[in-house]
Amino acid sequence: MSHDHSIDPNNMPKDPAKATMEGKHKFLGLWIFLGGETVLFACLFGTYLALKDSAAGGPTTQELYGLGLVFLMTMLLLTSSLTSVYAIYHMKNNDFKKMQLWMGITALLGIAFLACEIYEFAHYIHDYGFTFRSSAFGSAFYALVGFHGGHVVFGLSWIIVLMIRNAKRGLDLYNAPKYNTFALYWHFIDVVWVFIFTVVYLMGMVS
Amino acid sequence: MPDKMSTRKINSFQKQKNKQEMQKMVVSFALMIFFTLVAFALVALEIPSTYVIPLLLILAVVQVGFQFFYFMHLKDKGHEVPAQIIYGGIFVTVLVALTFTVITWW
Amino acid sequence: MGMTSAQKSGFGATLWDWLTTVDHKKIGILYLAAGAFFFLLGGLEAVIIRIQLISPENDFISAGLYNEMITMHGTTMIFFAATPLLFGLMNYIMPLQIGARDVAFPFLNSLGFWLFLFGGIMLNISWFTGGAPDAGWTNYAPLSIQSPGHGVDYYVMGLQLSGAGTLMSGINFIVTIVLMRAPGMTYMRMPLFTWTTFVTSILVLFAFPALTVGLFLMMFDRMFGSAFFDAALGGNAVIWQHLFWIFGHPEVYILILPAFGVFSEILPTFAKKRLFGYTAMVFATFLIAFLGFMVWAHHMFTVGLGAVANSIFAVATMAIAVPTGIKIFNWLFTLWGGSIKINSAMLWSLAFIPSFTIGGMTGVMLASSVADYQYHDTYFVVGHFHYVIVGGVVFALLAAMHYWWPKMFGRYLHEGMGQLAFWTFFIGFHLTFFIQHFLGLMGMPRRYWVFLENQGLDTGNWISTLGAFFMTFGVIVFVINMIYTTIKGKKAPGDAWGTGRTLEWATASPPIHFNFKQMPLVRGLDPLWIEKMEGNEKMTPAEPVDEIHMPNGSILPLIMTIGFFIASLGFIYQAGNSYWLIAVYLGMAIGLICMLIRSLKDDHGYHIPKEEVEREDD
Repeated sequence: MSHDHSIDPNNMPKDPAKATMEGKHKFLGLWIFLGGETVLFACLFGTYLALKDSAAGGPTTQELYGLGLVFLMTMLLLTSSLTSVYAIYHMKNNDFKKMQLWMGITALLGIAFLACEIYEFAHYIHDYGFTFRSSAFGSAFYALVGFHGGHVVFGLSWIIVLMIRNAKRGLDLYNAPKYNTFALYWHFIDVVWVFIFTVVYLMGMVS
Repeated sequence: MPDKMSTRKINSFQKQKNKQEMQKMVVSFALMIFFTLVAFALVALEIPSTYVIPLLLILAVVQVGFQFFYFMHLKDKGHEVPAQIIYGGIFVTVLVALTFTVITWW
Repeated sequence: MGMTSAQKSGFGATLWDWLTTVDHKKIGILYLAAGAFFFLLGGLEAVIIRIQLISPENDFISAGLYNEMITMHGTTMIFFAATPLLFGLMNYIMPLQIGARDVAFPFLNSLGFWLFLFGGIMLNISWFTGGAPDAGWTNYAPLSIQSPGHGVDYYVMGLQLSGAGTLMSGINFIVTIVLMRAPGMTYMRMPLFTWTTFVTSILVLFAFPALTVGLFLMMFDRMFGSAFFDAALGGNAVIWQHLFWIFGHPEVYILILPAFGVFSEILPTFAKKRLFGYTAMVFATFLIAFLGFMVWAHHMFTVGLGAVANSIFAVATMAIAVPTGIKIFNWLFTLWGGSIKINSAMLWSLAFIPSFTIGGMTGVMLASSVADYQYHDTYFVVGHFHYVIVGGVVFALLAAMHYWWPKMFGRYLHEGMGQLAFWTFFIGFHLTFFIQHFLGLMGMPRRYWVFLENQGLDTGNWISTLGAFFMTFGVIVFVINMIYTTIKGKKAPGDAWGTGRTLEWATASPPIHFNFKQMPLVRGLDPLWIEKMEGNEKMTPAEPVDEIHMPNGSILPLIMTIGFFIASLGFIYQAGNSYWLIAVYLGMAIGLICMLIRSLKDDHGYHIPKEEVEREDD
């Protein structure tokens, strides 16, 4: 067994992220973690569903939500999912520079999404007085959407650290699994968002 | 060396395959955007129907299916255990969602 | 490098080795040691509860302290004794049973342990900082929201820390079992203990996030003024009950399934017969896990969920008796016609079968939602769950200690003391808890500080307390046995019982730090037994002797945990004094910086050279 993790471009493994034992472990480990995350968000969604009508005299879902900003956020996050697919595509072709570029675009889209979310929360707090403490609905809303936002923050820190750390080193079999697990995590954030915009915003605007 | 030649060939074959896969990804992305547009349109146009909410949920589930099976490769070989785990998670999710909509009151 | 530090002697080097270890065997021992400490602590609390209830209107402890005792007894026993003791066994034994050299994520394994330990420490600090949690181990809102002081806050943060650790271990075990089995070790050749570890880990994966969310909501309500459980602002306390039991019921199976696995190892070994109905056992394990996820509302029959919901959950609960029954009969058939050797491990196992069956039968009684209105919150329930948890899990842990002690420490536990501990504990257990069923049926509610005179409860409670003293004696004998064995115990060979069937018995006692010199080739169920039947002294190797790749030790998990521990203390006290936010930021910074270091610093592990591997005897 060889001790170094460099990639031989003439003998490129089909999937560099799963070419080593460690890579296989990381790949499966992240998937299993996502199984647990599914239940975590399920419980937050459940809490939201049980409390969404408990506005305690404050603004209701219909008064609060607006379609435009949510649509913009959805497009940003969905697109960032595709750009991370592009990054992994270039990883499989051993094109490190393009991979970094697409990961960078993914991160920028993520930051834009986060900016929208911060704006949204600030808007609710200042213009509606709708806070984490104002009603059970408020608590449930900020807990669910905030947890998702927290995941976005974590994902962004993760990819930025990865990109800086490996900028000079290039792609090898040691860091390829790390990029790949990030991409999976990022897709999962998107999955959760699809349910947030459907269950929280769209269903909240239909009476 | 003939040996090296053959690996190059496999490499270009792999490149071709990666490209084909990427095209599928773009198609599924287009479909996801389409489903999103339909969902937002249903709400924006204020279609008065009892079917809107079930329809929104179906659109979300289909879209998430694309995300899982294509973007995250859950349909591919070697993803059997992850698929089982995610199905388990979805099972618990359904239980939890039912609980909090049907049997949680004072 | 791990090798050099292990060979250095001296207290400092040894301590450093244990603090930085990522070896699954050492982490297993750490889990066992910490779990045993918390078990004794929880046991002490139990004895105090029983002394308070020895006579009517006793005032041995105050009402408030009594509430703290019952809360801490339950919480400690479930989260910080039973769970870690089982996780210790899984950590030590499972990789050996599948022929692996370590778990899939050694770093995470260490982090999981430290998080659990500091969670337990956090919970118990509350005794010294103005009062322990006192809202029961289920911590129901709104009682827990209104509980004054910081006791419940310690409960929330302590469980959050240890819960995160448990979740990590669960993920780790699943990946290990899926990807690291030795050549030939197919799924259907895995020993039952490995199977139950696998299924338990899946339960951990899906159950613990519900607790995490529940604890977060509780934390937000108590420390940040949110309104999840605050009826005045539209909150709903039933949400806590659902989240707690969506976690809590699978947790019961998280405890009992590994116990089933332990018995499924011990009975074939000492009956000298292969496990009867292996396939059915595996199937039943999955079925129990699956059904175990759909029955949580049977803890909530009296909440008023409605007749339909109650009926569904009642039927699902009763259905669990079927796969459990399959298991009971398979154990009996394993014994049938075997050449049975009775020793301490076997005594605990044999005692388990009837004791646990009684607990199972009262479980079916409780599952009847109509009758449950009578049983609910009485000593009948207390009797029931102690029969399954003590009669199932604690018996399994003690059986496993006797069975695997020679493997883990290279010495046999003393047989005489083992049997003395067994008989006193066994008799004491039935004295304590059998009578509680009748106390419950006579109307004695659980969690009450005192009971009145001449209501027919006096004698029953006196007997129950007497039994608790018997159990205490048994535990003390067991502790003495452990100390005695460490000093003077008889040395054990690799196949300590001579009739070992599974791979862990093919290693040295205790195993060398990379477990297997060469990966064993597994040729069927009970691989070691197959080799022995063919006259081979040891396993057929699946690979030539070669250098071995091992993970590096690290101090980061411990520092990271200390960081989150400091942050948790900060969270508890920032509500009253915003200076404590400094602790929050400082602690989080320590934790995140450790994560950053882990991410930035490459860790490729190290290789043990071939020559050195060859020098080791196996």
